Amino acid sequence: MLVRKLCSGQPYSIAQLTEGSKLTRQAITKHLHVLESVGIVLGTRRGRENLFELDPRPIQEIRGYLDLVSEQWDRALARLKAFLEQ
Amino acid sequence: MANDRIAKRMELKAPVSRVWRALTDYREFGEWFLVRLDGPFVPGQVSRGQITYPGYEHVKWEAVVEKMEPPRLFSFRWPHPKSFEKSDAPPDYSSKPTTLVEFRLEKTATGTLLWLSESGFDKLPSDRRLEAFRRNDGGWTQQMKNIENHVAKKP
Repeated sequence: MLVRKLCSGQPYSIAQLTEGSKLTRQAITKHLHVLESVGIVLGTRRGRENLFELDPRPIQEIRGYLDLVSEQWDRALARLKAFLEQ
Repeated sequence: MANDRIAKRMELKAPVSRVWRALTDYREFGEWFLVRLDGPFVPGQVSRGQITYPGYEHVKWEAVVEKMEPPRLFSFRWPHPKSFEKSDAPPDYSSKPTTLVEFRLEKTATGTLLWLSESGFDKLPSDRRLEAFRRNDGGWTQQMKNIENHVAKKP
C-alpha cells in the first residue's frame, strides 16, 4: 500500500504517508526504512522534513533481466518442440 | 510473472518417454538447447560443455544436476555469471549464485505437457542481474531470431 502511494512519483513525508492509513507512524517509518535498505525507496531531506520517494530502477532492473531470461526460454522451448515434432 | 521465477508450459505432440529422452539424454539436449556437453547428466554431478549458439561459442556451460526422476522430473542448478562478453575473461562463475531449473512432465491425451520453471532470481546479486541485462539487451533477441529462421528451414 505504501509502495502504491509512492508510485505517483512524488516525494512524501511520513505524515503524508501515515494519513488515511490504519498503521501507526512508527510502523510506517519502520517499513520505509526497510524499503530504503533494499534500495526501492530513497530518503531525502527538505528543510526539517524527511521525504521518501520510490526509486523504480531496482524493480525495473529485476523485471528487465527476468524478461530476458524468459524470452530465452521461449526460444529454447520452441527449438525443443521443433526437435520433437519434426 | 513473479519477480523471482519464470514459469512456462508447453504441449508437445510426443509421448512422455520421448520428451524425457530429449531432455535428459545429453546429446539430444545439446541438439535443441544448443550446447555441446562433455558427458551424460548424472544427479549430484557437474555437467560441463560449450555453448554452440551462434555468436556465443566462447561461452562455457556448467550446471549441477539435481534430480532425475524418470519420466516426470529433471532439474539442475546453474550459475548466472556477470558477463558473457567475448572481450572479457571467461565468465566468472566463482561466487556461483545459482538458479534452479526444473522440467516436469505430464502425460496428456495428445502427448505430453511440459512445465519449465526457473527460480531463485531473488538470490542473484543486483549487479549481476544488471550487468547481464546490459550486455544482453538486444543481442540475444537478434541471435535467437537468426537461429529460429535456421531451424525453420531445417526441421
